[in-house]
Amino acid sequence: MLFRGTKETMTPLTQFAALLPLNTLGHYLHWHFIDISVANFVVIVLMVVTFVLALVLPFPGRRRRREQP
Amino acid sequence: MSYAEIERQWTTRLRKRFVHLLPPDKLLPDTQPSYVASWIYVFGVTTMAALFVVIVSGCLLALRGPQWWHSSSVGHFMNSLHLWSVEIFFFAMVVHLWGKFFMAAWRGGRALTWMTGVVTFLTSIAAAFTGYLSQSNFDSQWISTQAKDGINATGAGAYWNVLNMGQMLMWHIVLLPIAAVALTALHVLLVRIKGVVPPFAEKTSVQTVDTTEMAS
Repeated sequence: MLFRGTKETMTPLTQFAALLPLNTLGHYLHWHFIDISVANFVVIVLMVVTFVLALVLPFPGRRRRREQP
Repeated sequence: MSYAEIERQWTTRLRKRFVHLLPPDKLLPDTQPSYVASWIYVFGVTTMAALFVVIVSGCLLALRGPQWWHSSSVGHFMNSLHLWSVEIFFFAMVVHLWGKFFMAAWRGGRALTWMTGVVTFLTSIAAAFTGYLSQSNFDSQWISTQAKDGINATGAGAYWNVLNMGQMLMWHIVLLPIAAVALTALHVLLVRIKGVVPPFAEKTSVQTVDTTEMAS
């Protein structure tokens, strides 16, 4: 939202923003009664991946703690 | 004042009860059980770190107001920081929730810890939704007109008017943050009192040995 007398701010990162246009209609996935936006679906997938990685990745310092008498 | 009179004071009794419930070494422990050395245990504190950034960035947005966050580069940055810290807050909270669900973290008298987490989650969702309504742009106007039908269908519309920008802003910046922070503090204190839930015990099969045969 721009107010009268203000200019749209241009930063060095503005060009990168053009790579991922966010000012368009959202994309949706439909499967039977399930209706979900691609953005929300991607976030859910990332949460599941993070959850699995948190279970399987070794925690730093765990081996050192085990070796201690 | 006699010793007996001092012991009868409500301040003395309250202090003794609190110290008994949560001694300093339990409130701020220097070590944790070995099973806590796993990535799955970091998401609770990640959620709290994100909540801290949410509160600080929200306070800075409140200092300068909507014109600043809509029209200046620093205001845009702070607006984005507020949004993305909320995204990280919910992301980490959901992974924390999944981890605790599969650990059955309500075991060992920890039901109140679990329930305060549930209520904090629901309060945070309400805080996030009122945040959408407090942006003061066309997006918030669109969301409020879409939300009013749902809220009116529940019968709560007479008390919770999503078209009332002032009411939604007050809920977003006063009531719900106070509730979310107070519930988070209570949740953490309960974790300190009861300790982190231990993993499930491994199933072991015990083989019996006939000692009379060994003796012969």
